Amino acid sequence: MVAIEELHIGDELEDIQLEPVDRLTLIKYAGASGDYNPIHTIDSEAAKAGLPGIIAHGMWTMGNLAKLFSSYYQEGFIQDYTIRFKGMVFLNDVITLKAELAEKNGSISRFEVKAVNQNGNEVIKGEVFFNTYHD
Amino acid sequence: MFQQHIGKRSKKVKNIVERGAVKKFAEAIGDLHPIFVDEETGRNSRYNRNIAPPTFPRVFDYGTIEGLNLPNKGLIHGEQTYHYERPLLVGEEIICYSEVKNYFEKKGTHGEMGFLVLESFGEDEMGKVVFTSTQTVIITEAVRKVLIGW
Repeated sequence: MVAIEELHIGDELEDIQLEPVDRLTLIKYAGASGDYNPIHTIDSEAAKAGLPGIIAHGMWTMGNLAKLFSSYYQEGFIQDYTIRFKGMVFLNDVITLKAELAEKNGSISRFEVKAVNQNGNEVIKGEVFFNTYHD
Repeated sequence: MFQQHIGKRSKKVKNIVERGAVKKFAEAIGDLHPIFVDEETGRNSRYNRNIAPPTFPRVFDYGTIEGLNLPNKGLIHGEQTYHYERPLLVGEEIICYSEVKNYFEKKGTHGEMGFLVLESFGEDEMGKVVFTSTQTVIITEAVRKVLIGW
């Protein structure tokens, strides 16, 4: 694993491809987060909301995306993490997590981050400002 | 329709970054990294204990903002941000509250839409801010009609 400090602009962290989204995963996230909005777990509620099926919590995808940085907390921490929710994630979707170093400024490395589905569509997109410790 | 709530705050609520809750949350996002869940890794880290994943504050109780009645259905989560002064430490106490930061309306593809911006805060026991987060909730015209009908 290359240290974040040693990355160059345009370098990417290693992609992570998630297992196809299944219902139990979303039920677990509902329980762990306390977000019980039923469009994420119950088919008939999703249908009532006009959706073709249940959709993942946006925060589930955002939570997943941050794991690209989990191995780097000895080196620094995520100071800012901003996300725009762009598309829905359905059951059986295969999501790939991506981060690319866009800018370095002192101790801050700015990454452009996104999660894309199996069709190449961005479902969430944003930035991570990773602050490296210098002590 | 939410303009009058701008600036309103909830009362502060004491939360604990519970080890069990962190583990359950990390598992739910498929991120059981030892820095979050393994005590020895935590002890040997620069934090001297385990830390929580950056989106863990989703779990906290922020109290209720008086008069702000949002439906639990039909809202769209548009944007989310987190800002940290440092990572959250497992076992620590965090005092949380939230505030209506902004509300505005825009014409979109689904008619007139409302954008509600909620800002949340987490402070340590000394009152120092550890994290802030903002959540932008989109309220579609269909939902707004229901609310006005109340």
